[in-house]
Amino acid sequence: MAEPLIELRDVSKRFVKTLDLAEKIVNLAGGSLREEVVHAVDQVNLYVDEGEVVGLVGESGCGKSTLGRVIAGIHAASDGALFYRGTDVTGLSPEEAKEWGLDVQMIFQDPMSSLNPRMRVRDIIGEAPVVHGIIKAGEMDDYVDDMLLRVGLDPLFKRRYPHQFSGGQRQRIGIARALAVRPGFLVCDEAIAALDVSIQAQVINLFSDLREDLNLTYLFISHDLGVVEHLSDRVVIMYLGRVVESAPTEELFDKPNHPYTTALLAEVPRIENRGRKFMPIKGEIPSPIDPPSGCHFHPRCPHAMPRCQAEQPVLREIAPGRFSACHLNNEA
Amino acid sequence: MEDETPTLAVEDLKTHFFTKLGVAEAVNGVSFTVKKGEVVGLVGESGSGKSVTGFSIIGLVDHPGRVVEGKILFKGEDLAQADDDRMRSLRGRRIAMIFQDPMMTLNPVLRIDTQMIEAVQAHEQVSEKEARETARDALVQVGIPSPDERLKSYPHQFSGGMRQRVAIATALLHKPDLIIADEPTTALDVTIQGQILHEVQKLCRETGMSLIWITHDLSVVAGLADRICVMYAGQIVERGEISDVLDHPLHPYTNGLIGSVPSHNRRGQPLAQIPGMTPSLLNLPEGCAFHPRCPRADGACFVQPQVTEPAKLGHEVRCVHPHLEQA
Repeated sequence: MAEPLIELRDVSKRFVKTLDLAEKIVNLAGGSLREEVVHAVDQVNLYVDEGEVVGLVGESGCGKSTLGRVIAGIHAASDGALFYRGTDVTGLSPEEAKEWGLDVQMIFQDPMSSLNPRMRVRDIIGEAPVVHGIIKAGEMDDYVDDMLLRVGLDPLFKRRYPHQFSGGQRQRIGIARALAVRPGFLVCDEAIAALDVSIQAQVINLFSDLREDLNLTYLFISHDLGVVEHLSDRVVIMYLGRVVESAPTEELFDKPNHPYTTALLAEVPRIENRGRKFMPIKGEIPSPIDPPSGCHFHPRCPHAMPRCQAEQPVLREIAPGRFSACHLNNEA
Repeated sequence: MEDETPTLAVEDLKTHFFTKLGVAEAVNGVSFTVKKGEVVGLVGESGSGKSVTGFSIIGLVDHPGRVVEGKILFKGEDLAQADDDRMRSLRGRRIAMIFQDPMMTLNPVLRIDTQMIEAVQAHEQVSEKEARETARDALVQVGIPSPDERLKSYPHQFSGGMRQRVAIATALLHKPDLIIADEPTTALDVTIQGQILHEVQKLCRETGMSLIWITHDLSVVAGLADRICVMYAGQIVERGEISDVLDHPLHPYTNGLIGSVPSHNRRGQPLAQIPGMTPSLLNLPEGCAFHPRCPRADGACFVQPQVTEPAKLGHEVRCVHPHLEQA
């Protein structure tokens, strides 16, 4: 098999809140304040093959957005290695690094805060391809027209500003901007979460069409399992910075292995379920500053045993292509 | 059952906003009833008037908007005619509201106990100690662990889900007859949303409280509501028992909304999308407001459609060409 497009090996990302002056003075005076470390992403292994759609699911604070940003090159990983088409990104030559930067584009959740409000749509979409020499400045207008048509917007809109569009249209502009540098890989971070249901469906269909037309690869980050199920070939579930399960979509939804996945699937509201009794998993999502020992999920897990508290379960292959990090799999 | 006065009966409610650009008819002739102990889902997209309907009922429509027509009968009393004093005594005591963002409901600089005790004493002449007991009980009711310590916390010390529970507990303080919940779980994670829905469902069953659940998410109301009203551009386009509406949608908009939700059985297939976008309330299409986006539209749709019950009694639709042939 060919090299995966992107591969992560034991990637971690930590954010450290350093002490400010006042806190340092407190420490000099005998206090014992310490730096707070957030383990946003904790030793994650992940690969995305060319042409694949991978869904990355988790609740707020599980590190899914941080992981997306590491993959898109916005954050550097604190530990571990990121491979782009088989090469470690730290060893890329400047030309290769630029190619990586252009090939991997990101689409953000809130299109209003990711589009410059003082730029016209034409410049938002056309600036990057001109700067990077993909097109000549003279070709910009035609190129922007093409991009707008591709995402289903009228080219006549290109002299407008972002505030003159509705949410769904703005998201399309964000997509057109990402596509303008001819990427092969899109990281969509909750790209449709802020949209109305009927507009959501339009954008989901747009993603599917673009994938077919341009042979795109997606990492689709979302908390919405219904959307992920619809779009993805493979789903990766994260909890508090760690991958707990990864499997082909159908298998994961039919037969979840990890107790967290099971609970998550049970909570998805579905139109088919009427007058159901909600039986939620207990407890809150713990803080990533001070995660529980062993398996992060054990305080909320219905099957927790003493071992879960002491020992971190390893993500291991339980069936071909299926990975899960749970001690229950070693019991049987 | 039938002769009982419903907890709430809204009749032909019209709430308009008088802006510089013209009159926005945010709510334009909405009627529905909520019986005792019933959960009614009010579903629509942004700008459909679902939240304004909620605000109209509880009397919180801000300038330049006002209720221009219609009746809001709360246990037989018309709230549209009630004066400010009467509304103030009802609001928070007999009718309560839960908002989408609990940070909006809670004062960030006051401790939870201060806020909840104030809310109790606003309507009841009780000692602070008794009020604290009431507040504590309400927190227990919504499943907050160690309520005595939590009462002394500030809102920022709670997580999003916990904050929403505090907001719900505050709404429950006076055991209201009606709670209006405006997208209370939209900002929450799936597992936390499940917990909140669980508490709310339990409360309605146990206390006979009525609930209006305003949301854009059909799949949430599917599991929670007894009846559902689908709103589009200020009007209820379809109304009925939850299973009637979701299994046999009559209105093309409802049908489109259901098709827009990714479902278990249609993985990978394109979603049935509704073309176009919701119209501006200042510039509504003539006749049926949905006709420019509707696959069934023809000349007859340029006239405002009447409400009919073509399929089944109690399942109403406002459409000239309802989906009838569906098995």
